[in-house]
Amino acid sequence: MNRRLANVIAILALGVIGILGPWLFPAHLSQFSKLWLFIVLALTWDLLGGQTGYNSFGNVVFFGIGMYAAAVTQVGLYYPVAAYTAAKGGGTEFVFDVAQFYTGLAVGLPVGGIMAALAAAALGMVILGMRGHYFAIATLGLAIAAGELAAGWEYIGAGSGMVTPTPPDTIDTTLLFYYLSFALAAVTFGFLAWLYSTRFGLAINAIRDDEDKAEAMGHHTTRNKVITWTISAFFLGIAGGIFGNLSKFIDPIDVAFNGAEVGVWMILMAILGGKGTLWGPVIGAAVFYVTKELFWTYLLGWQRVALGALIVIIVVFFPQGIVGWLKERWPERFGPSKEEMEAADAKGGA
Amino acid sequence: MDNLNLLIQAPILNVQLLLDGLWIGAIFALAAFGMALVWGVMNIINVAQGEFVMLGGFITLMVMEAGLSPLLGIPAAAIVLFVLGWLLYRVIIWRIVDADMFISLLATFGISIMMQQLMNEIFGSDVRTAESGLGMFYLFDNMVTVSQIKVLAFVLAFAIGLALWLFLKRSRLGQAIRATSQNPRAARILGIDTDRVYAATYAINAALCGAAGALVVMAYSIHPYVGLPYTVRSFMIVIMAGLGNLGGVIAAGLGLGAAEQFAGFLLGAEYQLAFVFLLLVVVLVWRQMVLARRRQYLK
Repeated sequence: MNRRLANVIAILALGVIGILGPWLFPAHLSQFSKLWLFIVLALTWDLLGGQTGYNSFGNVVFFGIGMYAAAVTQVGLYYPVAAYTAAKGGGTEFVFDVAQFYTGLAVGLPVGGIMAALAAAALGMVILGMRGHYFAIATLGLAIAAGELAAGWEYIGAGSGMVTPTPPDTIDTTLLFYYLSFALAAVTFGFLAWLYSTRFGLAINAIRDDEDKAEAMGHHTTRNKVITWTISAFFLGIAGGIFGNLSKFIDPIDVAFNGAEVGVWMILMAILGGKGTLWGPVIGAAVFYVTKELFWTYLLGWQRVALGALIVIIVVFFPQGIVGWLKERWPERFGPSKEEMEAADAKGGA
Repeated sequence: MDNLNLLIQAPILNVQLLLDGLWIGAIFALAAFGMALVWGVMNIINVAQGEFVMLGGFITLMVMEAGLSPLLGIPAAAIVLFVLGWLLYRVIIWRIVDADMFISLLATFGISIMMQQLMNEIFGSDVRTAESGLGMFYLFDNMVTVSQIKVLAFVLAFAIGLALWLFLKRSRLGQAIRATSQNPRAARILGIDTDRVYAATYAINAALCGAAGALVVMAYSIHPYVGLPYTVRSFMIVIMAGLGNLGGVIAAGLGLGAAEQFAGFLLGAEYQLAFVFLLLVVVLVWRQMVLARRRQYLK
């Protein structure tokens, strides 16, 4: 079986399912929108966590920044934001017509991504010099501090949150956000697949494998880490912007900067699927999302207990993930191909 | 910053804040002592630290509901948590002692969110406190009030810490724990059952946190989601003090307690938690800069 062909078939199949989604599962469209966004979350977490070896508990910060930045831009283009949040979005004077809504989205989502990327660059320069678990704990602090700060900031609605602009009735938002989410997942996947095939992909893998050696070989490791985090924050920010519009209401701690849920889910999805692989986060996100929905439906009230148990079981008994397990079990089918190894050798020697 | 003027105009307020900070700081130091122990001996950062504190508090509440003095909650919490710590080690922790530190971070994080919601389901999410029935001291013409239970908690925290320190220095098991922390392989060769030492270390840490939690619920308050800030505080204290530096742990604990009180007063209580978590980042960055200046190997 030609492996490249298999890859192409898998991508095409996913693409077809994604595009035909509204006809295949019309009743669950918003759940599937979230699934595509979760794939983005897992992929972007894996960019720093799996490929670069820097495990972050705080990527949810960029998710939240993107969410707020997008919503503030969408509103701010047409109305004063402070008045809008003070009215809890409920005032009848805040109406968005079709053109305003689309323009707001078209401007707001990129702004969300850019703001998140800027935040990542700034934070990264300060804390990405730390090694390993010190970085992990620092990001844990950032994630919670961000939620607490957002909950105290009146401009964006403080603890009572912010309502995203209400779309005009003529727009089928479920369909719109479904395709936006799908497009974002597709672009992210394509971009990362390309990134991992470049020299930069090898450079960040070198950081994961042996950072001191990489530094001794002349790599600017901290700079590479900052760039990596910035890229992942950009996509995360856009995902946050879409997610905010999808949930229609942004709560600072339960939706935007939810370190204990979304922040952990992205790590878990990447680990469950297989850290440091391209397909791992995609598979992990799909498996996890279904499990999570089951937990939240049938174990309401106990869902976090189940989730905690799941975390322990996955990291203790199954740290290599689904793809990692497949690679171990059937190396001839899922391990690195001959061409890939040769290409890696050629690049490494160049 | 209106409150800053208040502090300058009424200097006695500083005394009040400082004292309040010292009382709670001793409890932070106690939990941090346990974290340093587990970290130093087993190379595990126990994220469930704060949840042990929270559990200790709830056990004390149960003791009190049974009609006993809350002071009995301290040994009760320590014993129950010791058993729980031992069980956790036997079921989960032993599998991750040698693993990458991120695995242990995540696994203990999983344990912590499990405990949070379990307690939430069992005891409800209310903020609770165990009334000790002790009164207040009034100092400086009633300008400064000191609740007696906080002073008692402060003294007891020191007593418990001292007892553990003596135990580590003098007892057979304590010596085995210190030997394992220095070099586990050599300890094994010399006939120390390191697995048992690890189990004891983790259980002692849990018991210590349980006792701290009993003090917290008597002098302050507790609810199911109170844990993470305690974990973060312990972590900060250990970083500031370094592993195996008891004096440093006490100083950092008391300092953190005081800093928090002042921050809460100046910035408003709603930002006190944000201050704790941002301070964590600041402390880590500071540590990074110190290491970089000394050109030390960054690990």
